[in-house]
Amino acid sequence: MDFISLGTFVQLLVTGISHGCLYGLVALGFVLIYKATEMVNFAQGDIMMWGAFIAFTLASTYGLSYIPVVILTIFVMAMFGLLLERTIIRPMIGEPPFAVLMLTIGLGFVLRAVAGMIWGHDEKEFDTPYSVDPLILGEVSLDYEQLVVVGCTIVLCLGLYVFLRFTRFGVAMQAASQNQLAAAYVGIPVKGVVAITWCLSTAIAAVAALLVAPLQLIYPGIGFVVGIKAFVAAIVGGFGNLSGALIGGICIGIVEQFVGYAFEGAYGETSVYVLLLLMLFVRPQGLIATIQRKKV
Amino acid sequence: MRFVLKTNYAQDINLFLHNGQRFWYGLLIAALILAPFFLENFYIGELTYLFIWVIAGAGLMLLIGYTGLVSMGHAAFMAIGAYAHAVLFKLGVPFLPSLLMAALISGFLGAIIGVAALRMTGIYLAVATISFAFIIEKVISAWRPVTGGHRGFIVPEPVMFGVDFGSDLVFYFLCLVIVVVVMLLVMNLLRSPTGRAMVAVRDSEISAQAMGVNLVQTKTLAFTLSAAFTGLAGALYSHKIGMLFPENFTIFLSIKLLMLVVVGGLGSVHGIVFGAMFISILPQVIAIVRDFLPSWLAYRRGLEPLVFGAILLFFLMYEPLGLYGRWVKIRAYFTQFPLYRKSTFKRQKSYLRTERVH
Repeated sequence: MDFISLGTFVQLLVTGISHGCLYGLVALGFVLIYKATEMVNFAQGDIMMWGAFIAFTLASTYGLSYIPVVILTIFVMAMFGLLLERTIIRPMIGEPPFAVLMLTIGLGFVLRAVAGMIWGHDEKEFDTPYSVDPLILGEVSLDYEQLVVVGCTIVLCLGLYVFLRFTRFGVAMQAASQNQLAAAYVGIPVKGVVAITWCLSTAIAAVAALLVAPLQLIYPGIGFVVGIKAFVAAIVGGFGNLSGALIGGICIGIVEQFVGYAFEGAYGETSVYVLLLLMLFVRPQGLIATIQRKKV
Repeated sequence: MRFVLKTNYAQDINLFLHNGQRFWYGLLIAALILAPFFLENFYIGELTYLFIWVIAGAGLMLLIGYTGLVSMGHAAFMAIGAYAHAVLFKLGVPFLPSLLMAALISGFLGAIIGVAALRMTGIYLAVATISFAFIIEKVISAWRPVTGGHRGFIVPEPVMFGVDFGSDLVFYFLCLVIVVVVMLLVMNLLRSPTGRAMVAVRDSEISAQAMGVNLVQTKTLAFTLSAAFTGLAGALYSHKIGMLFPENFTIFLSIKLLMLVVVGGLGSVHGIVFGAMFISILPQVIAIVRDFLPSWLAYRRGLEPLVFGAILLFFLMYEPLGLYGRWVKIRAYFTQFPLYRKSTFKRQKSYLRTERVH
């Protein structure tokens, strides 16, 4: 590895953090579902990909401007989440976790194939009002897109934290996740909570999609790649933990950028998985642990 | 309905419950031995693939169906088996030792992952095994001097004791023998204390531990055996496809193996065979149905994954015990004829209680 100049270092750091925030955002979506229902949604990345394509269609085919596109995409995706929950997830409440895991893998396949049929497999570009010339600070050039990703992620995380910690609904969600039966007994509409959680989670996926679309080209396979890395992020951070997901995301984002730079782009992606396996050997509960030993 | 009154333990652990089963399985073996003399080469090849899927499926079923550990990276073990065998065989190691070495190497790597798996469950393990599979895929494509990378690796013709196994017919019989041996091994394992310990670990780790099952040993062994079987399948697969590329062993192969296990029926030996039949027949069915579809749909990329995904969804939602579960229901319907009740097979739901602290 050559000597890294300070400029390159900062550049890599910023790119890493912005990518990491993205992984963290996708991770937030399924950590939320995991927190509320202990279901693992492997299709989160593919749901995000749908969000990106819907935004693309609204902008290019219907010619809407940026703000209506954002609002409509989030709304459409939230409804999509509600629909998914109603048709596919609700019958699975009470089934073993493995079944749900496999179900979402199958769902991911279907979503990817259908997206490929509707929008084709070639890569699409999505522009935003802030896709302008980068901000130059000395040697470092910062894309506004990257800065927006970081900003949005911070705002969204804080919002979610407050929501889960201090609102009635957030507390109900935690209760439903700790013990479904007991939650139902004290009058929490568990099914409703699950439905809203999915709604919220797909809305977050839509936000992630709106942020990823200007940063990368959109194609049907994008969700899978980002989804797996988001999983790695969630595990590195400690599953079932919002801040953990974000920290994990930023960690792997940075590692990916630096290793990619060191080996001229070859091993960046692989380093993420190596990091995960190392992490699982050394500290399987993640950076911020939430899981205790299993009780009988 | 035949009811067998068991009067001693030996009867309980018999491989075959009664003579009827002996007759039918004997007939199946006889049919498989005679089949290649009546079939065209294409079907012999397809049957050989079926055998290979059965071996790989047996490995994964042991892990997922019987020990309750989810691996989403079994393509990696298939790849390790395939490359290990091809490389060793090319270096001049005789055929059978090379096949066994491939299984051993794969099993050894499985044991390493298994040790890491001891502390993980569910999603952790699934993502860890996916990561392992990605790493192995990368290693194969990067380690060019040995594996040939993306240029591919030509697998030499199988030769054993000076006999060329390259023809479809001879290779068919080789695979048939190995399939029968593997199935017997699996069935034998499942009726032994080790196999029952695995099932106990699947149903409840804590109760298994309380009854004196050594969790570390059981899980590691399950992973090792599973990887070894899958590696063996990979070694045979390498001869069947003739040329190895890293692209042969991607995540989609892992998912295909998972589908085999789920669609076949989790936790049943029959399920392995049903699942293997399913994944080898489905692409052919899709190819046939494609001709009858409107042209705007038929030749779109992604028809196959769509059908695969949709079928997976369907089975998980409506028939979680897979094809074998369906078969059991149909059989029950006929044996109990006017008295069959749907509620016999009602699924049990459980309410979630978490172990997390908040």
